[in-house]
Amino acid sequence: MIKTDKTLDAKGLACPMPIVRTKKAMNDLEPGQVIEVQATDRGSLADMKAWAKSSGNHYLGTSEEGNVLIHYLRKADRSEEKEEMKFPHTLTNAELEQQLGHGDLIVLDVREPAEYAFGHIEGAVSIPLGELEQRMSELDSDKEVIVICRTGKRSDFAAKQLEEKGFTRIKNAAQGMSEWTGATEPNNA
Amino acid sequence: MTVESLTAKEVAKKVINNEPLFIFDVRNEDAFADWKIEGSRFDYLNIPYFDLLDGVEEAAAKLPTDKDILVVCAKEGSSVMVAEMLAEEGIEAAYLEGGMKAWSEHLEPVKVGDLKGGGELYQFVRIGKGCLSYMAISDGEAAVIDATRMADVFLNFAAEKGAVIKHVFDTHLHADHISGGRQIAEAIGAAYYLPPADAEEVVFDYVKLVNGLKVELGEEKTEIHAFYSPGHTIGSTSFIVDGQYLMTGDILFIDSIGRPDLAGLAEDWVGDLRESLYKRYPGLADGLIVLPAHFMIIDELNEDGSVYKTLSALFKENHGLNIEDEQTFRDMVTRHLPPQPNAYQEIRKTNMGIISPAEEEQRKWRLDQTAVLCGKPLNEAIKNWKLKERLT
Repeated sequence: MIKTDKTLDAKGLACPMPIVRTKKAMNDLEPGQVIEVQATDRGSLADMKAWAKSSGNHYLGTSEEGNVLIHYLRKADRSEEKEEMKFPHTLTNAELEQQLGHGDLIVLDVREPAEYAFGHIEGAVSIPLGELEQRMSELDSDKEVIVICRTGKRSDFAAKQLEEKGFTRIKNAAQGMSEWTGATEPNNA
Repeated sequence: MTVESLTAKEVAKKVINNEPLFIFDVRNEDAFADWKIEGSRFDYLNIPYFDLLDGVEEAAAKLPTDKDILVVCAKEGSSVMVAEMLAEEGIEAAYLEGGMKAWSEHLEPVKVGDLKGGGELYQFVRIGKGCLSYMAISDGEAAVIDATRMADVFLNFAAEKGAVIKHVFDTHLHADHISGGRQIAEAIGAAYYLPPADAEEVVFDYVKLVNGLKVELGEEKTEIHAFYSPGHTIGSTSFIVDGQYLMTGDILFIDSIGRPDLAGLAEDWVGDLRESLYKRYPGLADGLIVLPAHFMIIDELNEDGSVYKTLSALFKENHGLNIEDEQTFRDMVTRHLPPQPNAYQEIRKTNMGIISPAEEEQRKWRLDQTAVLCGKPLNEAIKNWKLKERLT
C-alpha cells in the first residue's frame, strides 16, 4: 500500500466517469496532496495521463491488482513553480549523479510516498516534507544530506528545516526529480 | 435529452459513398493520432472529452454549421455525454454507437463478382482497420479465406445465404491481427487449413495447406487452388478461385508488397518474396483479379467499397513489382521495414493456439492495428526511391 491523502473508488465505471469523478475529487484536495483512483476501465490508463497533463496535475503512476488499475495523481501546487529558492547551497543533478556512491552521503527524497514509489534514486531515503519535523532523528546528522523533491521547491523548505535543527552539511538538489535523467528504481508497493 | 446516433455500418456507407461528415473525436490526442475514421470527404476536430467537462462553448465555435457532425470516442460513453452537452447548446450532433471499438470491428460485406455456375464471391472489408477477408459460395457450400476474429459475422452471413461453410483457410499465420479461422471452423465443424511451414508450433489440429491442394464447392465443383507463394512468411500461400480470382494474402497488395520480417529474418525471406512476386506470379494469367488480405489507404476502395485490381494492372502500376534489379529490391525491402505491429509475437502465439487472451487482455496489446503499419512505410520508401531514380 502506498500512503495517499484520498482514495477514489471508480471501479465498474465506464468512460467518461472515472475522469469525471477524479476531477471532482481533485477539487477537494489541497495543492500537493495525492489521490489514489481505483478503476476497472482500461481506457482510464491513457486518459488519466493525458488529463493530468492537460489539467496541469501530476500523474505519478499506475499499479495493477488483478483487474483493478490503481492510478496515483498529485494535485498541482502552483507555489512550487513560482516562488524562488531560499536555501543557498544547491547542486545540479549532474553533480549529484557524480557524488552518488562516494563517501558518507544521504539522498533524502521529501516527495509524497506515491511519487517516490514510481521512481526514485537508488538508496534514497523517503521522508515526505510533512513528516520531516517528527522523523528527522532517523537521519545521521554527521553525514552530508542532499535533499531532493520534484522541482526543488519542497527540498528547499526541507533543507532550511534541517539547517535549523543543526544539520551542517546540506545541499538542495534544485533541479529535482522532474529533470533527473540518471537511473531510478521503483519500490515494491 | 436524447441525441441521434449512427451505427458503424451507416458510417461505412458514408465512407464508401464519399459523403461528407464532420468527425468530432473526443478521445485523447495520442489515440486520435494513432488512428481515426478515414473518409475522403471527412473533416476532423479532436478535443479530448476531459477538456470539455467544464463546457463545450469554446469547442462549439469550431464546429461547422453546414455539415453533419459525428461525435466519436473509444467506447461510446464520452461521445454520448459530449453530444448531449452540444444539444444543450442547440447544436445537433450524433454519436457513434459502440465508439471506435465498434468501428474497428465492423465488417462490410461487398460482392466482388459471380462464380461460374451461379456462385458468388464476397469480400469482407474491415474498413476501420484495413483487413480484407473472403467468402466464396457455390451451391450451398462456402469457403472462407483469411477471416478476422469477428467469427459471428462470417457464420451469420453464410447462414443468411443458406450456405454451409466447409473449408476455412488462412493464407499464412497472421502476425498483425487475430484470426477467426479456427473459431469458425470449430463452430461449424469445417476443416481449418494452415500452411504447415507456418504452423510448426500450433497446438491444435489443422489440415495441411500445401501447394497444389484443390477443394471443390458444391455440385458445380467451383475450384479453389492453393498456390505456394512464400516471402511474407515461409508458408504464405495464395489461392486461385474459379480460375478468375487470386487471393494474395500479405504477399501482394494493391499499392504495395508484403514485408518479410514478421516471423523470421527479413534477410532470409526477401529472396522468397522476390521469387514469388517476380517469377511465380508472372506465370499466372494476366486477367486474374487480385484480392489481397489488406488495404493501406481509403483511396484503394473501388466505387462499391471493394478492393481489387487485375494482376496485369498491378504489374504496370505497383511500384513494388517494378524494381528490376534484384539487389536493389533486397536493399529496398530490408532497409525500409516499417515498425513491427504492437504485440505481434503475442498475436502469433494467439493464432497458434498457444495463448488464449481474454478480450480485456487483447485490448491491452492494442490489437488489430491498422494495415498501415504493415505496408505503407515500405511502400513510401519504394515510391521515393522510384522518384529519386527518375530524377538522377
